[in-house]
Amino acid sequence: MRKPIWLVPTLYIVFLMLPIYWLLNMSFKTTNEILGAFTLWPQNFTIENYVKIFTDPTWYNGYINSVTYVLINTVISVSVALPAAYAFSRYRFLGDKHLFFWLLTNRMAPPAVFALPFFQLYSAANLFDTPIAVALAHCLFNIPLAVWILEGFMSGIPKELDETAYVDGYSFPRFFVKVFIPTIAAGIGVAAFFCFMFSWVELLLAKTLTSVAAKPIAATMTRTASTSGYELGLLAAAGALTIIPGAIVIYFVRHHIAKGFALGRV
Amino acid sequence: MSMITLKGIRHSYMPSPSLARDDDWALKEMSLEWSDGGAYALLGPSGCGKTTLLNIISGLLIPTQGEIWFGDKNVTEEPADTRNIAQVFQFPVVYDTMTVYDNLAFPLRNRGIDEALVDKRVREIGEMLDLSDRLATRASGLTADGKQKISLGRGLVREDVNVIMFDEPLTVIDPHLKWVLRSKLKELHQRVGATMIYVTHDQTEALTFADQVVVMHEGGVVQIGTPVELFERPKHTFVGHFIGSPGMNVLPCSIDNGQVIFAGQQVQTVDVVSGAPNGRTEIGIRPEFVSFSEQGLAVSIVKVIDVGRASIVEVRHADHIIKLLVPEGTSLPSAEAYIQFAPAHTHVYINGWLVGGD
Amino acid sequence: MAAKTTNQKAWLFVLPVIVLVAFNAVIPLMTVVNYSVQETFGNNVFFFEGVRWFADVLHSERFHASLLRQMAFTGTILAIEIPLGVAIALTMPKEGVWVSVCLVLMALPLLIPWNVVGAMWNIFALPEIGLLGRVLNVLGFDYNFTQGPVAAWFTTILMDVWHWTSLVVLLAYAGLRSIPDAYFQAAKIDGAGSWAVFRHIQLPKMKRVLTIAVLLRLMDSFMIYTEPFVLTGGGPGNTTTFLSIDLVKIALGQFDLGPAAAMSLIYFLIVLLLCWVFYTLMMKNEDQ
Repeated sequence: MRKPIWLVPTLYIVFLMLPIYWLLNMSFKTTNEILGAFTLWPQNFTIENYVKIFTDPTWYNGYINSVTYVLINTVISVSVALPAAYAFSRYRFLGDKHLFFWLLTNRMAPPAVFALPFFQLYSAANLFDTPIAVALAHCLFNIPLAVWILEGFMSGIPKELDETAYVDGYSFPRFFVKVFIPTIAAGIGVAAFFCFMFSWVELLLAKTLTSVAAKPIAATMTRTASTSGYELGLLAAAGALTIIPGAIVIYFVRHHIAKGFALGRV
Repeated sequence: MSMITLKGIRHSYMPSPSLARDDDWALKEMSLEWSDGGAYALLGPSGCGKTTLLNIISGLLIPTQGEIWFGDKNVTEEPADTRNIAQVFQFPVVYDTMTVYDNLAFPLRNRGIDEALVDKRVREIGEMLDLSDRLATRASGLTADGKQKISLGRGLVREDVNVIMFDEPLTVIDPHLKWVLRSKLKELHQRVGATMIYVTHDQTEALTFADQVVVMHEGGVVQIGTPVELFERPKHTFVGHFIGSPGMNVLPCSIDNGQVIFAGQQVQTVDVVSGAPNGRTEIGIRPEFVSFSEQGLAVSIVKVIDVGRASIVEVRHADHIIKLLVPEGTSLPSAEAYIQFAPAHTHVYINGWLVGGD
Repeated sequence: MAAKTTNQKAWLFVLPVIVLVAFNAVIPLMTVVNYSVQETFGNNVFFFEGVRWFADVLHSERFHASLLRQMAFTGTILAIEIPLGVAIALTMPKEGVWVSVCLVLMALPLLIPWNVVGAMWNIFALPEIGLLGRVLNVLGFDYNFTQGPVAAWFTTILMDVWHWTSLVVLLAYAGLRSIPDAYFQAAKIDGAGSWAVFRHIQLPKMKRVLTIAVLLRLMDSFMIYTEPFVLTGGGPGNTTTFLSIDLVKIALGQFDLGPAAAMSLIYFLIVLLLCWVFYTLMMKNEDQ
């Protein structure tokens, strides 16, 4: 390349890394050092913030709770989306287009609108303050998304595959599990990735529906900021740790990100 | 108008290919000369390197080794837009947001040509390609064959185009329109006079379009010749297989003191062999030139396939399967019969290559 | 591919989805509709009020102010993120090991929990202790996002650009990569320069992904809550109080059920309307 055009993505990535670097920087300092001096890297490098998080149940339970509801939600969303997407992709039935559209409109619903009603609904259902409540609540957005993505992938598989399987003597459940699902494995991966992503990052509903037992890490972090003054180092360490699951997930799907977006719905 | 000369061209897609490993190379060494104004076909199966060769000629690819000359100018490093070439691709490439008119005008406008001249050329080419009534339509609205005509038109509209290249252009065209387009291409060739190079894996397309066919196999040129030459005197068993439907019969033989022996019997061949050569020896004879006779090689009939104006008869002698092309209406003998090979069309091959080939 | 067959039993396949989504959507929405037309003074006693709450909300200055702030915010980030995302996608490597590296690093902000995004930028932008804050103040700007509205807006927008531009980049990049090489080869032969290639080949072929990108950013930015809330709390004062933040204040903070419910419905309808308008506009030229 004649012009250093690689400068553009490089500068952008540097811009992206700056706040993260700053967060990491803070997480390895004591609160005193943070408030006392301005340094680009820790003068007194310490891991006490991380130690606190790993040893204090109030903290590490937050992570466990968050991961729990995210996983539950991903499993539920993808599982129920699979048959539904199959129906949309293979069959015409009364009201199918309207149903599909209605599902998509839920993705457009502002979570703030549902904060109060969910609070009342899940309290009435005796599910308040459980990971299952958050997992179910997130279904509102994740199921339509999963159906949309899976339907896109499934429509790319010719119907002849189904028919060949029936001719070969497969019953429908066996065909679905042994033939169809492996074929759209990439699509399931993409759907699961997006469900994980949206559930992991969304926090208004997660906080609204929990208080103590199922409190996600987000709530613990906000409490720290407000109640015990500004324990910035601790806050930074907690934040840094939440980046890890995301980083791991991206690392594992990096090849699919490079290819996968072009397939299916996009 | 210029002659295209390839000097020692060799190409590999790998970053550091080795001359010792044949497989590293998509195109093995070749030197060719193509006269201007000719209609050429590059014929071969998928993966034989024909698209690579085409892209080297058009300038979309720079060869790993060798030079390419247009006339008396070395264009090896020149980019595609300076070589006065046009290329039509496998699927139609049109600028969807523009009208047919603007599509055709695009190459001229990019070169800063005066608008009045642009209009004249676009209308000329539009008329040549039967697109005059669609000039104001959006290009995306045309059918596949219409879009390929636009692609072709963008090449023809430049008056300085000397060579037009086609990379399997009829792939996405409906079968009944393929014939129409093929005739159009032939007609255009006569009108425009530019050199046309047509890449295909379909022998019918190649043999009907081209004056000279370049048969390629595994990265190398196997034979260049007219369709008749390729049919009557294939220089390689591959050419024999690939051309003709069904392809040539290739049967192992032995050579003893200049005599060709097949299945224990001496065979008369049109090629003269001397001595007892080393290597794999075979005879090649097209099914058209094998006939039933009162005496000769004893065979049993295995299969008869009716293909309309003729029948393909498969016979067996010991382990060998031989095919005959028998015209319609000829009565076939019973299960046991004799066949003979027409000597004037029986060739001898050593390691796949024709004896006395060049 | 064979056409779809008509089969009413397909409803069984979609039943689990309907149950779960309806439970989460229909029941709460019915509750909201319920509240929006009633008044309560506690003890679960309700009085029918008709459209009073709707009228109140639509006339309230507070709502107008939030709505205007929201529109300004969404408009600004769309104007920045879409062109920026496309520009970055155009300059990204097409093949080789750097592709994965770029994509992984760029995707990172998308997977950070939104409250951490807010907290991270809070720490980053603190006037004395944060890198951004310190640098800006050293450069001579009077920068304090907790006190100055301009600073607060600047930081909020910068944070959103940091957070979401990568989504546009990834979508645009996927769109660009799916364009077959032959188009670029033909353009080379046609003598087209890079601007012509962008205008006539790349941009038209990216139309679908760009529509998705615009719709997603439009929707999500209109519903934004956590990041600005953690960063500025809606302040200073209420200068960065966007629609969601205001709604949650009214609903969960003040427990004004009626106005909150009416505002919710109006809010939802605005989002749906915007999406519909944009979608229609962008799809207008699609099939001709």
